Amino acid sequence: MKSHTAIWLVFRKEFRENLRDRRSLITALIVGPVLMPVLFAALLSIGIHHGRTQSTRPVHLAVAHARRAPHLLAFLHQYDIRTADVETNRAGARRLVERLHRPLIYVSRAFGARLAAGRPAALRLYANESNRSEREALERVDRLLAAYGGEIAKLRLVARGLNPLLLTPIAVHPIDISTPRSRAVLALGGLGYVILLTMMMGGLYLAIDATAGERERGSLEPLLTLPVEREQLVYGKTLAAGAMMLVSLVLTVSGFDVMLQHVGLARLGMSVDLGPAGVAAIVLECLPLIPLGAALMTLVASFTRSYREAQTYVSLIVFIPTMPLMFASILGLRSSLPLMAVPFLGQQFLIMSVLRAEPLRVSYTLVSVGATLAAAAALVWLTGRLYRRERLLG
Amino acid sequence: MIDARGLVKRFGSLTAVDGVSFSAADGHITGLLGPNGAGKSTTLRMLYTVLAPDGGEAWIDGASVIEAPLEARRRMGVLPAGAGLYPHLTARENILYFASLHGMARGDARASAQELIGQLEMQEFADRAARGFSQGERLKTALARALVHRPRNVLLDEPTNGLDVMAVRMLRGLLRRLRDQGHCILFSSHVMPEVAALCDAVVVIAHGKVAAHGTADELRAQAGAESLEEAFVRLVGIEDPQGACGGGR
Repeated sequence: MKSHTAIWLVFRKEFRENLRDRRSLITALIVGPVLMPVLFAALLSIGIHHGRTQSTRPVHLAVAHARRAPHLLAFLHQYDIRTADVETNRAGARRLVERLHRPLIYVSRAFGARLAAGRPAALRLYANESNRSEREALERVDRLLAAYGGEIAKLRLVARGLNPLLLTPIAVHPIDISTPRSRAVLALGGLGYVILLTMMMGGLYLAIDATAGERERGSLEPLLTLPVEREQLVYGKTLAAGAMMLVSLVLTVSGFDVMLQHVGLARLGMSVDLGPAGVAAIVLECLPLIPLGAALMTLVASFTRSYREAQTYVSLIVFIPTMPLMFASILGLRSSLPLMAVPFLGQQFLIMSVLRAEPLRVSYTLVSVGATLAAAAALVWLTGRLYRRERLLG
Repeated sequence: MIDARGLVKRFGSLTAVDGVSFSAADGHITGLLGPNGAGKSTTLRMLYTVLAPDGGEAWIDGASVIEAPLEARRRMGVLPAGAGLYPHLTARENILYFASLHGMARGDARASAQELIGQLEMQEFADRAARGFSQGERLKTALARALVHRPRNVLLDEPTNGLDVMAVRMLRGLLRRLRDQGHCILFSSHVMPEVAALCDAVVVIAHGKVAAHGTADELRAQAGAESLEEAFVRLVGIEDPQGACGGGR
């Protein structure tokens, strides 16, 4: 029998058997491609919704001794700050803020007099900064108070015959050059990570079942008495795990494509439209990872003592390749030619580049594909070699 | 025809098999008899090529298990101890998978599998997934899987372990049929009555060495004993026959 025939036969059997395993099928075809995009969409729309409402929602503020600063309150009301008068002394203000869960302005007794005299007039601003909504309210109130103070300062200069522009030595004009698409990419930073993770999970059960599972069931030893080289058996198994990863990858990327169209990024002035070409590009760029991941999982699962142990180790293995991604995002690494050679990290950069609709950088792509394929070839070879060991029988 | 010459296997400092030589002829059922841990399974595993010997040599119909393992594997059907099935495949698919890896053409494989399913009376469960099979159903499927490529030599490691009476009778009938067709059958057991009832030749293994080799009658004569059990105890050189060959589990 020709060697590729045996590999094909093993592949076909493993793949078919795996399709009948409900647990494996759910992991590969439902959790990754359907659940992940839905989860991602939910998080994203919560994020979008929250971000949008925060800046327009009225801020509620408690004010003690409001009658001492009527102009200030009128100014705040113009900017949608709702105030409620409260009766308290300085000692009670703290407890009141804790109870009301909103910031409190305490107007000092001499506020009006000091303002009229051109001396700093004291306002106490109580807020619990560890509470997110209070902190956000505080920031808005802070900005408004500064603006109010600025207005008064300018009026004072004008009253003394000075040009109010003296107070503005530098005029800063921040100009946002981000496009809607690049803002979307920022929000979608975790997408590449999730795609790579679900791709690995697609082959997880098959890799364990075809190796540790086969041994635990007692079907490995009969299999090894067949006139087939052990390398071919393990290549067939690796190929089958890879095929499941491919199915998972294609479905997951397609799932995200559908999700991105429905999540309402357009409302934010953002747009990410992968389309069939974008989906194809991501799948092709991730393709070299499939033999690498499949060989890694097969190899580790082959030399564990039991099915359970294999589950533990392979589940960890699934996360190891994502480590470079986490390092890169923590360190804020930008893509560079040497970094493209790191498997999984290179693909993450390529995925982000597709999302940004940047033109394909041929050298980057070649380095990523080449380095990953070289690592994959080495690992597949090693797996084949190690499969000859007697320890395989457990 | 199976020939073993001076097989040696070490696991670390332990010598599990220490120069085992014997031959098993065509048209005979040869039993490897010995107490637990004597080296029966290790010897069989070297013969069916999943373990590489540290010394010695063996041939299956003239094919060396060391020089030409694939050739040797083609000539034998193997039922390892505790052989398992693929739970999501039917009995028939389990059999056909092995047939295909033996390089059988699809039509031949199907015909051979069908014939074995008939012979082993597997019709009722042949197309059910193996997941919920009983011990007997599992054994029949594993046997059919080992025999589907019509091997001349059949090696079985403790095949009757954990089987009920009906399954054991079925197995004995099958092994006798295969012997009468001229196959070479080699099986290991620590169950005395089974070996006495079935075997044309017995190889007694103890402490990794061949303690005796011959027919049941020859072994009795050699040991000067009335029964095979008594002969076995004297040949193996242990005092407690219950511990060594206490009738199986």
